[in-house]
Amino acid sequence: MTQPLTYFKETPSQTAGPYVHIGCTPNFSGLEGVFPADLGTKMLSGEAEGKRIIIRGRVLDGTGAPIKDALVEIWQADAKGLYNSPTEHRGQADPNFTGWGRCPSDMTSGEFVFETIKPGQVPFKDGRLMAPHVTLWIVARGINIGLQTRMYFSDEEKANADDPILVRIEHRHRVSTLIGTKSGDEYTFDIHLQGDNETVFFDI
Amino acid sequence: MSNQKPETGAFFQRDRNWQPDAYTPKYKTSILRSPQKPLLSLDGTLSEITGPVFGHNILGELDNDLLLNFSKDGQTPVGERIVVHGRVLDERGVPVKGALIEFWQANAGGRYRHKKETYLAPLDPNFGGCGRTITDENGGYCFRTVKPGAYPWPNGVNDWRPAHIHFSLFGHGFSQRLITQMYFEGDPLIWMCPIVQSIGDKDAINQLIAPLDMASAIPMDSLAYKFDIILRGRRSTLFENRREGN
Repeated sequence: MTQPLTYFKETPSQTAGPYVHIGCTPNFSGLEGVFPADLGTKMLSGEAEGKRIIIRGRVLDGTGAPIKDALVEIWQADAKGLYNSPTEHRGQADPNFTGWGRCPSDMTSGEFVFETIKPGQVPFKDGRLMAPHVTLWIVARGINIGLQTRMYFSDEEKANADDPILVRIEHRHRVSTLIGTKSGDEYTFDIHLQGDNETVFFDI
Repeated sequence: MSNQKPETGAFFQRDRNWQPDAYTPKYKTSILRSPQKPLLSLDGTLSEITGPVFGHNILGELDNDLLLNFSKDGQTPVGERIVVHGRVLDERGVPVKGALIEFWQANAGGRYRHKKETYLAPLDPNFGGCGRTITDENGGYCFRTVKPGAYPWPNGVNDWRPAHIHFSLFGHGFSQRLITQMYFEGDPLIWMCPIVQSIGDKDAINQLIAPLDMASAIPMDSLAYKFDIILRGRRSTLFENRREGN
């Protein structure tokens, strides 16, 4: 006999369901008067450093139809590449930028929109710099466990080519599923749950 | 208060045998919403090890009191009054303090207050159905509410959801993010539900079933259910990737 290894098991995930808004964005779903505002709708205040950008996209199902009851959250570094988190040990992030946003898909168009700033570069474990990116977490009815992915930026070709995560993708044509397309100050990032253009999702 | 620095290790690999599969065809909506290609498995980087943390200043006094946070003229909702309490720990058993928990549920008749909801059971004018709290230094949390009703849903012709409360949790790192559902001890609908059955391991399902907790019930007032939640554990950074050690 040996000593037992005493670890707990992570609580199993269950779908967020069609009414995820009640708990996460109640004002958006018409449930007003409980919380003054929905969390995650505002990521920056006036003095936040960095270039203002907009990220917009849709989550598409296996038929190519936009999902209208998804909830998307993003998490990203500030303009200097620092996270506004107690576990950030490299320095103090910009206090005017939360780094975290939450947006439900529009109930008609399925579109999500984030007003944010372009993140700086964050080092990988070995010190190499990762290309600027935004981490996304997607939940919805029919999604049993939240899906995690990243959006990189189409105007960062050189940094993307050297990114230690993107180089790990075996099927090179799939790298494009992680690149947001720039048009002016906006980046478009559609998330495909299935099909030829299925987005690369992470187990990370 | 502790003067320890925040931990900065990456998280344990997620046990994908314990967690539900993405593609679970008896839950029909999962068929077109499940990735078909392999996930890219990677050890966490700073982008996943860090995460947003919320201060108690976001909380209102009634945020964890669903009996009163939508009440009109002091009236409380119809239904069985319950307290739900527990602790948030990580896989090592370490309490996760300062974790934001959001919860939402149907009313005692099984009806959600949502503009897309069409079930014939009535809304309760004194029940909104959402709340939130932040765990204390020991990872503890509690809220009070009414026990939600079961309700039918369009999947099979006669599929019913067992009574449940939805939970959304933030730990200390973004890849601890979790949404799940709490079920109630003794409900026979649990074992018929295609959403519950998205989890393959019976012990994992049992982890979502809150026992009746008479020791925490309030005499002549409320019953109580205990629901502990486990988030991914964080590796120690001892010796990690450093020739010289720590």
